[in-house]
Amino acid sequence: MTDTACLLKLYDEKYELEDYQGGVPRWCSGCGDNAILAAVQRLCRDEALRPEKTVFVSGIGCSSRFPHYMRTYGFHGIHGRALPVAEGVRMARPDLHVFVNTGDGDCCSIGAAHWIHAVRYNMHMSVFLHDNQIYGLTKKQASPTSPRGTKSNTTPRGSYLEALNPLTVTLGVQNVSFVAQAVDWMPDVLYEVVRAAFHHKGFSFVRIIQRCPEWLPDQWEPFIKDPKRVLRLDKSGHDARNIDRAREIASKMDPIPVGILYRDPEVPCYEDLRRSPKLRTAELVRTGLESEFDKFTVWPS
Amino acid sequence: MNDTTLAFKNVTQISEHIVEVISDSGEGAQRCGQSLGSIAARMGIGIWTVEIIPAEIRPPARSVAGASGNRIRLGAGRVTNGGDLTNLVVAFNEQVLLGRVRDGELAPDCTILLESLWREHNDPSIRQSYEKTLESLRAAGYRVIEIPMARECAAVANAERGKNMFALGMLCSIYSLELKLAQEQIALTFGKKAQKVIDTNVKLLDAGYRWAEAHLDFKYRIPAERPKEAQIVVNGNTALALGVLASGMEICAMYPITPATSASHYLSDVFEKVGGVVHQAEDEISACAFAIGASYAGKCTVTITSGPGYSLKQEAIGLAVMSEIPLVVVNVQRGGPSTGQPTKAEQGDLMTAIYGSHGDAPKVVMAASTIEDCFYSVITARRIAETFNMVVVVLTDANLATSQQPFPRPQFDPAWMAPPIDQSAVPEGLEPYDWDAATGLARRFIPGQPNGMHALTGLAHDRASHVAYDPEINEESIHFRSLKLAALQRTLKAPALFGPAKGEMLVIGWGSTKGAIEEAVETLQGEGRKVSSMHLRFLQPLPPGIKEAMKGFKQVMTIEGNWSDRPEDQLIDETNRRYSALAMLLRARYLRDIDCYSEVRGQPIKPATICEVVRRKLGKPKKT
Repeated sequence: MTDTACLLKLYDEKYELEDYQGGVPRWCSGCGDNAILAAVQRLCRDEALRPEKTVFVSGIGCSSRFPHYMRTYGFHGIHGRALPVAEGVRMARPDLHVFVNTGDGDCCSIGAAHWIHAVRYNMHMSVFLHDNQIYGLTKKQASPTSPRGTKSNTTPRGSYLEALNPLTVTLGVQNVSFVAQAVDWMPDVLYEVVRAAFHHKGFSFVRIIQRCPEWLPDQWEPFIKDPKRVLRLDKSGHDARNIDRAREIASKMDPIPVGILYRDPEVPCYEDLRRSPKLRTAELVRTGLESEFDKFTVWPS
Repeated sequence: MNDTTLAFKNVTQISEHIVEVISDSGEGAQRCGQSLGSIAARMGIGIWTVEIIPAEIRPPARSVAGASGNRIRLGAGRVTNGGDLTNLVVAFNEQVLLGRVRDGELAPDCTILLESLWREHNDPSIRQSYEKTLESLRAAGYRVIEIPMARECAAVANAERGKNMFALGMLCSIYSLELKLAQEQIALTFGKKAQKVIDTNVKLLDAGYRWAEAHLDFKYRIPAERPKEAQIVVNGNTALALGVLASGMEICAMYPITPATSASHYLSDVFEKVGGVVHQAEDEISACAFAIGASYAGKCTVTITSGPGYSLKQEAIGLAVMSEIPLVVVNVQRGGPSTGQPTKAEQGDLMTAIYGSHGDAPKVVMAASTIEDCFYSVITARRIAETFNMVVVVLTDANLATSQQPFPRPQFDPAWMAPPIDQSAVPEGLEPYDWDAATGLARRFIPGQPNGMHALTGLAHDRASHVAYDPEINEESIHFRSLKLAALQRTLKAPALFGPAKGEMLVIGWGSTKGAIEEAVETLQGEGRKVSSMHLRFLQPLPPGIKEAMKGFKQVMTIEGNWSDRPEDQLIDETNRRYSALAMLLRARYLRDIDCYSEVRGQPIKPATICEVVRRKLGKPKKT
């Protein structure tokens, strides 16, 4: 038991949705971020997460305003670096619930190196990739997940490259332990996926396809209108232990697979491999130091 | 085998000597040099050892730029720096030796003990090169003594390697060091290996000792004064790592970079024993962000890096400044800009340390001036970081990082430790940035504290940590973050003067130049010149008392290991001269015409150079 864990109150507490509602969201109406916020606040209430023991870490972008709208601890940091900040929090504090909100620019572009390595570290945290396939806050530039041909302010005649697929990238990294996908217009599926991610011990990566009514208003209309263009994995008999099948599913975007693609609860968490079971007392530090000093001491003799 | 001297030898008493042991990479010259330093230190002879490191892991054998080894300054009493020119060299081939000659590191009357096996090498070009070099060295006035080291080693131990221990044996004889201590040192060095390895090395040591006793016609003795209290001998990076341990910090996040990495190597080995973690991140930015995350969560964390890594961390450092997260950043400076000179010493990062990161990002900047200081600076830095919720940058450099010098064994004080994470509830009505009007300080809100929930942000924010674009609020927050530096400055002591409070010239320095400056000042005082010096440990904020101290001197100048334009350059005048970093800071703050002398040669500044500079500035001494 850690020094902080014994401070936990050992009786049940009940919370209401309002207990998790922070500032009034400033997202555009119809923005998919609102749906994600609603699902996450519902999760916190249902799991009765103590607000002071819960931290939402984000980077920069529309999605990264998320912590401001929660009434928990939040860390709205710098562009692309949400994951390493969250890793530091996790390493220091096993007693906290750690969530990360990041966008397609934040995670898949400027923070891409951190993303790959975060999958590999497999530290215990739930990561929500708010993927609207466009830079919103900086006013419509193509992002790595923009489909080829996306017209934007930096690609006025259409983007040149095929989109990066966050699911196949994540599933390609050694030590991947949880990958799921949801869409903002199916709140129940979104909630179930977010809930499963929270209960997974390890790095749970959820890509949430979300609408950007401001810059790409029609992007998902065909999918919303035709339910057959969304594939519910929970009803398709998919075995989430089968990584080859998961990669195959992940590579297809029509119909959009939603639900858990891959889950392996056995992958060890980096913090468990690294954290010392020893209680760090002054005495322990003194003993350690003295034994090192002994090695380097030139005795007067 | 005992430690008796052959009767024909004269033992010359000397007050100091500088010795180099150099070889190709991998031949063990560094181990030989370090052992020599340790043995001398155990006898009570003052030492300062400096590593001679080639930039590549395995430079081609016998290459001029490939010298690997150690430079050991031995002296009666405490030695505070690497000194001037080398008096005696043991070289395993003539090419690495040439590198040192060309660098101008050898005294004109230097004695060279040179491996002679190349004279009989199968390759005629090597034989030729050897003989040619030998001739030119002798012509230049060096005393070169050829020694068949490999042959002698093969005779005693059938050893391919081990020349380094033979050389150590010779040096023990030359400097009248106790052979018994050397044998013990070998047992200590190879302690983890088989007894057979220790025995072989001791044999080689004895052989080297005997050979020198029988063949060399000189022998020195440096007066030793055994220290009364226990001393430890470590290099600056090890001292840093020990400081991290002692500071009570629990996490170090780093990314490999020269010359900082050896601190993390050592820390990786020992930190876990006391429940610590060294996290090797995927890059420098990540290492800094990881440290910030851990610090935010309540455990003040350190990230250790060098120049290029320090540049990469700037945005993250700005975030810690803005959101008032305590953080310790160590920058073991190397030659810059860009990749620069990774293994060489420079003091080029002071301005970056103070002014780095965009916008107004006040942070504390300290510089370790001795190896001992590397240890205590980390402890102090952690405390300041947590008291003021600030970023504290600790500057060392490649000179301190790889040099060794004994200092009194620290006595552990439980007060060094970080307190446990405060998880008490935040009182009603208190806000995350309730800046105190007088000091700018605010209680630090840490996750887990009931009633403290807020979204910390790198955006401009008000007391409630709400994003604020209001002009008043933006100014208010910048004002309070700045004020914390003044609050810290009020707690600092005036730096001590080395020498009298009045005179012709005050020399001001910072960082690793302390020993060289003070030695030069002593020499100059011995010549009757009225010179004193002052060394700064805090560069941001500058401590009180500097202005008053400067008043006692007609001239003030800084000595630094960074670039300053040369006044003698045709294009340079007072309207365009770029001064050294500290000189610039002092000129700006105290409105005094402070001169500077600086070097960017990748080598520590030598005391003799400083003496020359000051003599030139002061002109001929006045007759009294």
